[in-house]
Amino acid sequence: MQAPAHTRALIEIDKLNLYYGTFHALKNVSMEIPEKAITAFIGPSGCGKSTLLRTLNRMNDMIAGTRIEGKIAIGGADIYSKEVDVETLRKKVGMVFQQPNPFPKSIYDNVAYGPRLHGISGRKQLDEIVETSLRSAALWEEVKDYLKRSALSLSGGQQQRLCIARALAVEPDVLLMDEATSALDPISTLKIEELAQELKDRYTIVMVTHNMHQAARVSNQTVFFLNGEVVEYAETEKLFSTPRDQRTEDYISGRFG
Amino acid sequence: MSAPASAAATELGTSLKTSSGKTFGRRARLAFYNRTFKAICVVCAVFVCIILFSILFLMGRTGILTFEYVSPMEFFFSTEWVPENEQYGAFIFIFGTFALTALTMLIAMPISILIAVFLAEVTPPWLRAVLRPVLDLLVGIPSVVYGFLGMTLLIPLLRDVTGTTMGDGLLAAAIVLTIMVLPTISRISDDAITAVPKKYRDASYALGGTRFQTTFKVVLPAARSGIMYAGILGMARAIGETMAVVMVIGNTPQLANSLLKPTSVLTSNIVMQIANVPFDSTWNYALYLMGFLLLVISLLMIVLIRFMQRKGVQR
Ligand SMILES: Nc1ncnc2c1ncn2[C@@H]1O[C@H](COP(=O)(O)OP(=O)(O)OP(=O)(O)O)[C@@H](O)[C@H]1O
Ligand SMILES: [Mg+2]
Repeated sequence: MQAPAHTRALIEIDKLNLYYGTFHALKNVSMEIPEKAITAFIGPSGCGKSTLLRTLNRMNDMIAGTRIEGKIAIGGADIYSKEVDVETLRKKVGMVFQQPNPFPKSIYDNVAYGPRLHGISGRKQLDEIVETSLRSAALWEEVKDYLKRSALSLSGGQQQRLCIARALAVEPDVLLMDEATSALDPISTLKIEELAQELKDRYTIVMVTHNMHQAARVSNQTVFFLNGEVVEYAETEKLFSTPRDQRTEDYISGRFG
Repeated sequence: MSAPASAAATELGTSLKTSSGKTFGRRARLAFYNRTFKAICVVCAVFVCIILFSILFLMGRTGILTFEYVSPMEFFFSTEWVPENEQYGAFIFIFGTFALTALTMLIAMPISILIAVFLAEVTPPWLRAVLRPVLDLLVGIPSVVYGFLGMTLLIPLLRDVTGTTMGDGLLAAAIVLTIMVLPTISRISDDAITAVPKKYRDASYALGGTRFQTTFKVVLPAARSGIMYAGILGMARAIGETMAVVMVIGNTPQLANSLLKPTSVLTSNIVMQIANVPFDSTWNYALYLMGFLLLVISLLMIVLIRFMQRKGVQR
């Protein structure tokens, strides 16, 4: 078992406050997210997990009325400073959404979309990226003969793996997954969990999940949120076996949430 | 071992089963309304169909008489329209109609799409709230008004800019028609773009796409069928437009081999000549045939729209 406490922190969040208009959605959040490991965010609905996740690739920028205080550094660079180019940040910090959202294009064009955005146009190079990304997302064997088919013809689980492949195609360092399995059946969920396990050797993964068993199964570190605050964060095993906070214990034993 | 049904269950059963017993109770009355309403709808539908077929029949029947005196070859492909000499070649007008429509779409589509993108993606909400109703109002302006504007503003401008003496012709007509169909095409495209699900945009932004890239690589392709629908709707309007065209096209039966040469199209030629022709003349028949041709073209376009709507729903 990998001990995230010993690995270097890739993302440092320091006294982060986020407001939607007047609503205080994240309160004084501080944490470190270790490199090449899986960090899980758990907590009841509406506690701010997705909000925090979206601050990491600045998708919150597009929500009008959002205001941020505090600091987030990735690899030591403050991602909200003026020098940081949002597009480059998002290329480095990929995201997989709750609902599978492949474009209404072919499977190939979905995966090639990101590389094309960033200026790769050579046919051979794209073919290669598409294949390696689909292999990394454990989808290649299932779709290699149908690359020209519409992505919308895939099953939900396949679509989600396609979205993962699409995210991997731009070679990110971090992969954010917001309840990426909640719309899927148990078998697809399992596949994606296995996939996450494989990917964590190469990527830093942050996943939001409603499913505590999932957090316990796949993550190295778990963060428990309540009403926009971090109640507790620790190595997953520790958090689930010996929670320090009473509220954490209540939540993981199913007493509220 | 069936337990006796509870009182509530029994009551539910009875209420489902029976009419209230009265011969003209609520239920019977509702059934009567239902049937009557359905009958009225059917009658209306049949009536509409009858009208459509009568129009087709009427136009077609008179129009077809042309071919007793003029060969189809001559009508469709001859450029000699000299009714005084019994020459009824409609090629000039057919060509004019297609050229005018094509030119209009060539100018109107890119501009409309830009307006739609601007409205749907770029404009701040308050401006959008102003612009959308304004465009919707523009759709309703009578075409003769556009014709006036073309005559008094556009044609003098064209004369100045190009140095020709006339200014009437395909270009002037296409510009007027463009202004006319612009609100229609851009508003419907705007709706199509707005209807593109947010999740596609999110996916593109999350991959590091800029707004420009997202709009042109994801949003517009996803809205493609809606935009094409808007285009065909605008095109149908442009093909059938008469008044605005008559006022700026020059109304001369000569082939439009230049954008600035006065010419004539199917609609404008019909409306200019129909009042002066003897009722039982080949000339009259030929004008009817031209009308019939227009009708068939518009019907085909409407069928195309229907077809595309159905495809749009499937996706
Ligand atoms: N765009 C927004 N504008 C205003 N308030 C928002 C917006 N998005 C989220 N919120 C509020 O911020 C709080 C946190 O929302 P968030 O989506 O981060 O919760 P979550 O932990 O992801 O919940 P869930 O598990 O249901 O996805 C909620 O109270 C929500 O109502
Ligand atoms: Mg959420």
